[in-house]
Amino acid sequence: MEFAIEAEGLVKTYPKGVRALDGLGFEVERGTVFGLLGPNGAGKSTTVKILTTLTAADEGRAVVAGRDVVREPLRVRQAIGVVGQKHGIDPEATGIENLRLQGNLYGMPPGEARVRVCELLERFDLADAARRLVRTYSGGMQRKLDVALGIMHRPEVLFLDEPTTGLDPEARAEMWDEIEQLTEAEGVTVLLTTHYLEEADRLASQLAIVDRGRIVAAGTPDELKSELRGDTLLIELGTSANGRAVDAVTAAEGVREASVDGRVLRARAVEGARAIPTVLALLEAEGIPVVAATVSRPSLDDVYLRHAGRTFEEAER
Amino acid sequence: MTLATRQTLSLTLRALLSLWRQPWFVAITLVQPIIWLLLFGALFKRIVEIPGFHGGSYLHFLTPGVVVMSALFSAGWNGMGLIEAIDRGIMDRFLVTPVWRGALVGASCLHAAVVILVQTLIIVGVAFAAGTSFSATAVVLMLVLPVLLGGAIAALSNALALVTRQEESLIGAVQFVVLPATFLSSGMMATNLMPHWIQDVARFNPVNWAVAATRTTDWSIVGPRMAWLAVLVLVCGWVATRAFRLYQRAV
Repeated sequence: MEFAIEAEGLVKTYPKGVRALDGLGFEVERGTVFGLLGPNGAGKSTTVKILTTLTAADEGRAVVAGRDVVREPLRVRQAIGVVGQKHGIDPEATGIENLRLQGNLYGMPPGEARVRVCELLERFDLADAARRLVRTYSGGMQRKLDVALGIMHRPEVLFLDEPTTGLDPEARAEMWDEIEQLTEAEGVTVLLTTHYLEEADRLASQLAIVDRGRIVAAGTPDELKSELRGDTLLIELGTSANGRAVDAVTAAEGVREASVDGRVLRARAVEGARAIPTVLALLEAEGIPVVAATVSRPSLDDVYLRHAGRTFEEAER
Repeated sequence: MTLATRQTLSLTLRALLSLWRQPWFVAITLVQPIIWLLLFGALFKRIVEIPGFHGGSYLHFLTPGVVVMSALFSAGWNGMGLIEAIDRGIMDRFLVTPVWRGALVGASCLHAAVVILVQTLIIVGVAFAAGTSFSATAVVLMLVLPVLLGGAIAALSNALALVTRQEESLIGAVQFVVLPATFLSSGMMATNLMPHWIQDVARFNPVNWAVAATRTTDWSIVGPRMAWLAVLVLVCGWVATRAFRLYQRAV
């Protein structure tokens, strides 16, 4: 078995005619972190609900951990862990009580469950708060407990639906570290949904961009970005330049789309880092002083813009 | 212990613990039936003097009625916990674990049963303190029959909660059903003094089955009513497990 998740032609329409999914499909290799990236309302959460057997698709097929989600939902549930977008934790119970109940629902042997609870409390730095009611926890602590619940029974496939939404930057960075360690320590396949470009870029080894219920682009973050062919060069000049500077720069191999605006020169280069020394040398040969030069990789924002035909911010609005 | 039993018991424990942590709610649940008993008992004290009302004190007559009415109320509110669990995302977390749907319903029924048992013991205790007394058989029947009725109502309350997912709908339904269903039974008034149409309706009213069977030790009356209530629990339990499908289709 090669893939941990296979989804094909998923269609889901909600009452009132909202078409949440419109033929969505993708594959996730075992042991990888796969990111579903898209704005709110793109269909990410609906996809997760279908793959985790919470709800059924109108059309299409999905296999998770080698089992069909419709025909063998119990087997799928046994193999997956889910950290939902809403907190799934019981605020009126303690951390330990939440974890123990989870172990019981999965039918873990009591001895094994006890060891696992201690291990997870240590691991997520919750040991001191373990006997406190969860409603007294900070947002970051609650999110960690959420993840601990999701991996309590050592699932093969873990779903993280918007794991850092609503966290402050510090707690978010901490969460990212946790997720990175998870894949190493537990060998689990992760499907992550997010509407943070930065998060997808940092965590996912494979990405699919979702827009209006369809996958509009897929690949590694670098592949997606290199589809935009090249980096952005931004050169600040010591004096106002003119056509002479543009001509000089485009003489370098692989540099195109150069333009100048006052003292700022922009261009695209197939490989920015390689082009920069040549470009600087050419400018110097022309006697044009350079104050600063930066090379930036295209961002996922640029990728989204290209495939969805609108910027991420516009889609969120 | 089978997995299903373990799931049911640990979910019941969760529900009871979270109830226990709301002392005000516990206090109100336990005190309100006492108020009903003493208030109605005092207000309608002289009803027993009506010709045709076969003797005894009204408090003695009323106690099973208040026990059953209180069971109806607390079982009716049972679905509120489920709506809260849905709103908090807890239900969705449960539903993606291999938990048996029957365990989710069973835990709600057991939770209701424990509350009803404690309530009943308190009501009966107050009745004893107020000077009336019951045989051991009568006390056992007052514990068993309301629990059966309450189990069925708790399952229905859960089903309604899953379908409407709205506290307002559930509150409306409980208010709409509980008092009329109580007054359409012999809970407050002797059967032979009720209007004929109410007598007819009462015959098919599960609330009346529970009340009538606690007032006698005649097994030809108790036996069938207990059996009907047991069947009702199973039917309502089945309806509630089916309601999970409707819920999952809608999320």
